[in-house]
Amino acid sequence: MTTITSPQKSLSVNPLKQSPPLGAALALLGLKGLVPLLHGSQGCTAFAKVLLVRHFREAIPIATTAMTEVSTILGGEENIEEAILTLVEKAEPELLGLLTTGLTETRGDDMPYILKLFRQRHPELKSLPIILASTPDYKGGLQEGYATAVKSIVETDYGAPPQETSQPVITVLAGSLLGPGDVQEIKEIIEAFGLTPLVIPDLSGSLDGHLDDSEYNSKTSGGTSLQQLQQLARSRFTIVIGESMRPAAEVLQQKFETNYQVFPRLSGLKTVDQFLWLLSQISEYPDTVPKKYQHQRRQLQDAILDSHFYLGGKKISLALEPDLLYQTSWLLQEMGVNIQAAVTTSKSPLLNDLPVDTVTIGDFGDLEELAPNSDLIITNSQGKLIADKLDIPLYRLGFPIYDRLGNGTRCLTSYRGTMQLLFDLSNLFIEHSH
Amino acid sequence: MTKPKVADLLHEPGCGHNHKKGDNKACSQQAKPGAAQGGCAFDGASITLVPITDAAHLVHGPTACAGNSWGSRGSLSSGATTYQLGLTTDVKENDIIFGGEKKLYSAIAQVINRYHPPAVFVYATCVTSLIGDDLEAVCRAATEQFQTPTIPVQAPGFTGTKNLGNRLAGEALFEYVVGTQEPEYTTPYDINLIGEYNVAGELWGVLPLLEKVGIRVLSKITGDATFREICYAHRAKLNVMICSKALINLGRKMEETYGIPYIEESFYGVADMNRCLRHIAEKLGDEELKARVETLIATETAKLDTALAPYRKRLQGKRIVLYTGGVKSWSIISAAQDLGMKVVATSTKKSTEEDKAKIKELLGEDGIMLSKGNAKELLKVIENTNADMLVAGGRNQYTALKARIPFLDVNQERHNPYAGYRGLIEMAKEFDHVLHSPIWEQVREPAPWSLVTSH
Repeated sequence: MTTITSPQKSLSVNPLKQSPPLGAALALLGLKGLVPLLHGSQGCTAFAKVLLVRHFREAIPIATTAMTEVSTILGGEENIEEAILTLVEKAEPELLGLLTTGLTETRGDDMPYILKLFRQRHPELKSLPIILASTPDYKGGLQEGYATAVKSIVETDYGAPPQETSQPVITVLAGSLLGPGDVQEIKEIIEAFGLTPLVIPDLSGSLDGHLDDSEYNSKTSGGTSLQQLQQLARSRFTIVIGESMRPAAEVLQQKFETNYQVFPRLSGLKTVDQFLWLLSQISEYPDTVPKKYQHQRRQLQDAILDSHFYLGGKKISLALEPDLLYQTSWLLQEMGVNIQAAVTTSKSPLLNDLPVDTVTIGDFGDLEELAPNSDLIITNSQGKLIADKLDIPLYRLGFPIYDRLGNGTRCLTSYRGTMQLLFDLSNLFIEHSH
Repeated sequence: MTKPKVADLLHEPGCGHNHKKGDNKACSQQAKPGAAQGGCAFDGASITLVPITDAAHLVHGPTACAGNSWGSRGSLSSGATTYQLGLTTDVKENDIIFGGEKKLYSAIAQVINRYHPPAVFVYATCVTSLIGDDLEAVCRAATEQFQTPTIPVQAPGFTGTKNLGNRLAGEALFEYVVGTQEPEYTTPYDINLIGEYNVAGELWGVLPLLEKVGIRVLSKITGDATFREICYAHRAKLNVMICSKALINLGRKMEETYGIPYIEESFYGVADMNRCLRHIAEKLGDEELKARVETLIATETAKLDTALAPYRKRLQGKRIVLYTGGVKSWSIISAAQDLGMKVVATSTKKSTEEDKAKIKELLGEDGIMLSKGNAKELLKVIENTNADMLVAGGRNQYTALKARIPFLDVNQERHNPYAGYRGLIEMAKEFDHVLHSPIWEQVREPAPWSLVTSH
């Protein structure tokens, strides 16, 4: 049982947390033909956009309702209407995602009512689904905003499903601990079992860094499509990756009676074993696993042997969001690493069960106090300042990572991704061993 | 934020935007719902003040304002690193219900006790303004209690654009900082540089030149500045405004109050750098200084000609489209022309009438002036003008790259200094790398299978 400390501070030094609307926008970017619309001041969108652009090195479609002091006092109704109509005209989106911010939540805009009025005034847009999520900046961080958006995505009604598909559809709720490269790998694994994955959100289609034929996209060019979302009712099972995705899975169970299983992590030998075993059980050929993955498993075991010399007994400090902290710290524990310190952004049921005595809900200021004498720090790019100050090597994980390339394809889950992580860390220790 | 103050700033008489009648006043432009978006007033205020390296910068608001922005700006320091700290009250739901003033006061106390900064800048944000936290009262109390200047910066995001935020920051400096201390000594050659933020260390390419001819930079406002040097900025003989529209109100008010004249200059390109040095010498009115400036210009331009010769050969006649704000739209044109390149189109979105006149003169008859534009239109202009590359801010980087068009960043987040004579060599190098990279052929190469007609 891990003790959770959550110092009541009036001053946060070097925040670890990004904003919930940013996380929600990230989730929405995994849907096809959409532009996330942030209901707030123009800066809320601009800051989020800059971070997303720097992390993914991609053009990020995202818009603002451009609230001013006056429109905040009067209420955001007109700005929302104008923003939606402008987006419809300019980008012709297939889906719309509307997110609140600290500003409009404090003001207390009644979003469902505003949308209801909008629907009444614009019957011509009847068939355009609008995903609405409440994401005040002052509640949680990126992970919470992302999870709220995913819950809203599965709650939204997408109209009548088209004709039956031939292959069985499996829903995957992909938590914010996964990057586009992880999602791609998960899709390939599921397909290898003869199943059709329906991933929500599918960042691998939109933020994986590829050149399109068309020169310019005013909306997301890939991701989960409207047609796929209409298939949700037909899904046979929901695989949930990341504890924060559980509420969304419960929605699907209530709505469509789809059973689910939660994988709070997807790296490390045993947990990937369980994932593949489950897939084999729900596939048409129970108890069989594709040869490719049987071989990868042997490769991972070999990698575990090779890397344990470098990882065993090392002291590592982590500052990550709850889901990613859980996944990473348990993998490290299984390699014989001592977790020296764990700092995270917000509450989660996972925090009670970490391979460390105490976890701190805090910021980089806390990490700076806890991390001295660690052999390694694992956190996002903003941890560079502290890592340099303490003269401890840094392994970049989480969001944002703006001083390393490849965030669109990086895969650190499954057998293959676990291997990659073990090699990355071991190589870092080899490099810094003198 | 008091309404009259914002209105005053939007109608700043020193700003060329307001010399012409009509609606096209760039500084009072507001973002449109659903349209492309730039930074907010809070962003603008931070850009202007955060470069003060030894001060602490405390954001009173929820996580988004500081959490999504700290550490992302490119202003460099030669000394203190306090400005790099991301300090915030991280306002939560409870604070919104019960008010955040006590939390703010306690946060200021902790900042002062832990880091002992010469001053604390406290930034209002949308949420804390909306709940009515009295930032000024808290700062006043803290200043008194801790004997450390604690300065309220009233530029919550919803007040307006980045540009307005720059000016609101200028107001804070004028009201609370300038004129509060005295320099150890003064000289007849003391100037202030206003609106230069030392992005990528640009200032360091220019300061040695000024020093060489005997011009003393009394205060840098605010690139690589200490808090103290801004306190005694009122003793300078001349204000040199770089990227002038951002802090024009500060220049004008310092002229009114302290009788310091100001000039608007640019450090980009040979012609502008020369003109800047000559104007300073002229304004300071010293014949010997003028002679020293001429000698420096002669030596530097001769050196530069030699260094640039190989690049000029390779860049001759290359066509660029420039898409950036205000002053930069003409100052970069002149730098590009120094290198023998042709600017075929440029944005005038944020430019004043005066800027536009300068641009027209520089571009000639065929030059296209883009008064508005989104990414899509920008690509169309590049195609229509047969341009070789796009020069713009980081936000348009992927617009160009995704369309397989060479790109150079000239804004906030860039990593190369382009100011001064040395900066021009740097810029020439970058242009050359980008334009002549072997990658363009590869990214434009069609796949063999895409050429086969399918049956």
